Amino acid sequence: MQRQDDQIISDLFRPVRLNKAHLIWLGILMVCLAFCLYAYSIQLRKGLGVAGIRDFISWGMYIANFVFFVASSLIGMLISAVLGLIGIRWVKPLTRIAEIISLAFASVAGLVIISDMGRPERLTYLLFYGRLQSPILWDVTVVVTYVLISALLLYLPLIPDLAIGKKALTKPTWLKTLYGILSVRWKGTPAQFLIIHRSIRILLILIIPVALAIHTVTSWLFAVTSRAGWNSTIFGPYFVSGAFVAGIAGVIIAMYFFRKNYKLEKYLTEKHFDHMAKLLVLVSLVYLYFNINEFLIPGYKLERGDTIHLQDIFTGHNAGYFWFAQLFGIIIPVILLLFKPMRRPFPMLILAILVFLASWIKRYIIVVPTQEHPFLPIQHVPANFLVYKPTLIEAGITAASFVLVLLIITVLSKLFPVIPVLEMQEEAGLKPAGNQS
Amino acid sequence: MEILFTYIQVLAYIFLFLDFIRLMGKEENNPGEYQKKSRRKFLKDMGLLAGGAVAGSAAMYAGLHYEQSKLPAGERLKLLSADGKLVEVAASHVEEVKIPEGELLQIRGREGLAGHNWVMVIDLAKCRNARKCIEACQAAHHLRPEQFHINTLQIRESKNTAPFHQPKPCQHCDNPPCVSVCPVDATFKRSDGPVLIDNERCIGCRFCIAACPYSARIFQWFEPPMAEEDKQLTYNVELNVPQKKGTVTKCLFSADRLREGKLPYCVSACPNGVYWFGDETEDAVTNGTTKETTQFSELLKQNAGYQLMPELGTKPRVYYLPPKNRLFPFEEESGKEQKG
Repeated sequence: MQRQDDQIISDLFRPVRLNKAHLIWLGILMVCLAFCLYAYSIQLRKGLGVAGIRDFISWGMYIANFVFFVASSLIGMLISAVLGLIGIRWVKPLTRIAEIISLAFASVAGLVIISDMGRPERLTYLLFYGRLQSPILWDVTVVVTYVLISALLLYLPLIPDLAIGKKALTKPTWLKTLYGILSVRWKGTPAQFLIIHRSIRILLILIIPVALAIHTVTSWLFAVTSRAGWNSTIFGPYFVSGAFVAGIAGVIIAMYFFRKNYKLEKYLTEKHFDHMAKLLVLVSLVYLYFNINEFLIPGYKLERGDTIHLQDIFTGHNAGYFWFAQLFGIIIPVILLLFKPMRRPFPMLILAILVFLASWIKRYIIVVPTQEHPFLPIQHVPANFLVYKPTLIEAGITAASFVLVLLIITVLSKLFPVIPVLEMQEEAGLKPAGNQS
Repeated sequence: MEILFTYIQVLAYIFLFLDFIRLMGKEENNPGEYQKKSRRKFLKDMGLLAGGAVAGSAAMYAGLHYEQSKLPAGERLKLLSADGKLVEVAASHVEEVKIPEGELLQIRGREGLAGHNWVMVIDLAKCRNARKCIEACQAAHHLRPEQFHINTLQIRESKNTAPFHQPKPCQHCDNPPCVSVCPVDATFKRSDGPVLIDNERCIGCRFCIAACPYSARIFQWFEPPMAEEDKQLTYNVELNVPQKKGTVTKCLFSADRLREGKLPYCVSACPNGVYWFGDETEDAVTNGTTKETTQFSELLKQNAGYQLMPELGTKPRVYYLPPKNRLFPFEEESGKEQKG
């Protein structure tokens, strides 16, 4: 018993120390970030025009990226809250990974949207002059709330683990001190368990409507306009179902790397990959259903604006992106994952990367082509106003957001065990499960 | 009001968190006891908060009462307030109001000209794409040649219908989608009709550009062309000058000219009599070229006037007369970028 207990503790706390390889990785990320920040400084100095966006296609990569980031952040809600509350046990080792991903993407989403502002220094005007009828105000409110709840949902289940870690770790001392402060005098008494279980439960219930709200409101940035391609009543659920596809792909990628680099094969087993594959198929089918509704119905009626829009994305200059997103984001993974050999970790990593990429491109396809054909023709303007071509600076600033996400995930997963320690002990039957009221 | 809610929210979060830490620290082994205690404590805290709020309000009320009672009983003056009410104040309290020019322009720019309801009528039969309206507009608003507050478009609805030139300013909708989506009240609908934008408020999110079905709004992607020359000018919200980098700019119905009792820049510049501009309240519009004034409702009735995309429910204040019996042959512009 004691030996197995020690084994779990030493397995899960082993990655919690900085080694050379990780310092080099952090260094590389920092250098990338410095380059990207330089790109942003150019934008601040010269204006938003350094990006490829112009008067007609005025929302480009930044907004597509923002939608993608909000989408990817919904996964914490699905894994921890929805599956956790139903009582599905296999998700337990995945909850912290999902929460870290959620927190990273949600908090960086806020920065992504700032990079799209012509006047970032006026951000506080949203507080001073905010108008309730604007979806942007709702978006800011719910994203901030979601970041806060996600942070708490990461932190609260961590408290018992930190107390365990404080005892188990021998060095470095600063980490022991940090664990001591953050574990807020956790002793594992029944009263403490009661408080923490109740708090987590309330947060898990609370995060479901908030998560639905952030992505629904994000979809309303488009759906409240009358433009062909955006003028849709199903944008809320369409976006939410797509978000789960992107998020699950993100978690699978993270699972693969944590399993390999942190030697967690015993905790993130092939069984977990198999379950995640089936979950991915399920959400992809739901997303496919919304896609059929979103494209078949306008395609059936062929109103003028919709005709131009559909022609553009089906066969026009955006068709390549559209079909890549649909094939690699939904159809191919759904078919391949029906076969058991494809549900093993490595094939799934490849599929998840493709799905992740396709999900990003799908957001681009939702945001950009609609603006290329407004109600009235685009005339008497330079050629670069007609078609959106992202610039290098824009790509660099967008890359910064991914570097930041990787940084946050790296730091959090290095500071704290990525698999919940206490829950693994409970699962192994080593500790009585805390007072589950 | 919103900021107050935010503060309360933040305070509540901090309070809950501190309380949480305190409770975690307690070596309490009896859960029932904990519950009872925490409820008692919660009620106590709420009581303290409520008590504090009442005490604060009482102190403020007493202070106000004292300030009011200090007024001297000397000579009193009868004055007309800004909203037209007769009021009486002590003479010693009368002070001249000094509003800086910038602030004054902002205040009156948002108020509009009382009693007016501006409308524009564009006669498509008369337009031959002279583009004088565009030049005058760009000069007045310090825009680049590719930046349009007003543009003329070549329109051909379908294969068998006749092509025509369509001048397209902002439609100054009575139900403007751009105003609905603005998060900071930078763009607003004025009582006399025009939809204006305040470049000192705009945060540059471009939601209004996305929401406008008429593609009427443009953005200052770079430092505006006359930024250096305009440095000493005070910002005028009715003119959008000086233009500001990173903000949206748009057709203003020449609100600065309307204040002076003049016709808009584009209307006066047209050599072909395309534009009629006037006041719906007076039911009169004046032609910018001929200066002839006519009845607005009759003009629309006689010529089957219409609005652009009324099915969107935007209720435009710009009306069009159909291009029937065009005065000029339609010349396709060669070498221009076209799409749509």
